Amino acid sequence: MTPSFSDPFEALFSLQRALDANLASDWMGARTTAMGSYPPINIFQKGDDFVAVIELPGVDKADLQLEAKENTIRVSGRKNINYGDGASMHRRERVSGVFDRTISVPIEIDPEGIQADYRDGVLALFIPRAERQKPRTIKIK
Amino acid sequence: MANEQELQVQQKREVDKKPESTTPGRRYLPVTDIFETQDALKVVLEMPGVDKNSVEVRVENDVLTIDGQVDFSKYQGLGPVYTEYNVGNYARSFQLSSKIDQDRISADLQDGVITLVLPKAEKAKPRKIKVG
Repeated sequence: MTPSFSDPFEALFSLQRALDANLASDWMGARTTAMGSYPPINIFQKGDDFVAVIELPGVDKADLQLEAKENTIRVSGRKNINYGDGASMHRRERVSGVFDRTISVPIEIDPEGIQADYRDGVLALFIPRAERQKPRTIKIK
Repeated sequence: MANEQELQVQQKREVDKKPESTTPGRRYLPVTDIFETQDALKVVLEMPGVDKNSVEVRVENDVLTIDGQVDFSKYQGLGPVYTEYNVGNYARSFQLSSKIDQDRISADLQDGVITLVLPKAEKAKPRKIKVG
């Protein structure tokens, strides 16, 4: 059963709890525990398929590259911050630089079918499971 | 080169609860830059997942408050299998000085980053003094 986060009052709370509960998830397996790498990634299951949600605030779409091969997905790019000339800093918390992260998902995926949507600083990747990996019902004769 | 630095994950900081919110769930402090130019003070906040209809900027008693709401309905029907960060609404406040022209504050949101331009009041602008 997939949780529902539609109730506006409970939505935030239950989503946060569900995300917390999965913080120690070993779904990615020991070989790809790239935790602490930039950018941080959340992966959700949606029916048979998967959705990866990646926060990349301030990254221009043109500076973002995506590659997919077999069951690996590579997200790389550059985040620029332009303060303009003659600016004097009061507080500096944002960071700029380059990033390059490759994730290997522990399932067979259809790399051709991956769809990407980048909006408001959030990248969503729709990752379809390979057709032959989908569970099928077996008829009893 | 400073630009080639490899990016690191920044842990999200929770908002200190005063005043406390009436709804459950956590709110996060947006990562913020503040810098000054000739004419204005600029406040830049990172709020990934917030669109321009769900951000509220207000000034009350010389306090600038920015509230950003994340659309949770997008997560409907999704079951987390692997997570590295949590999501929540954003909130942050700053005390303004009287040197800011509070009526002319403007805001712009792009790629999850909101830029507030706080124009300096006329009297606070730098001026050259002529030696007579």
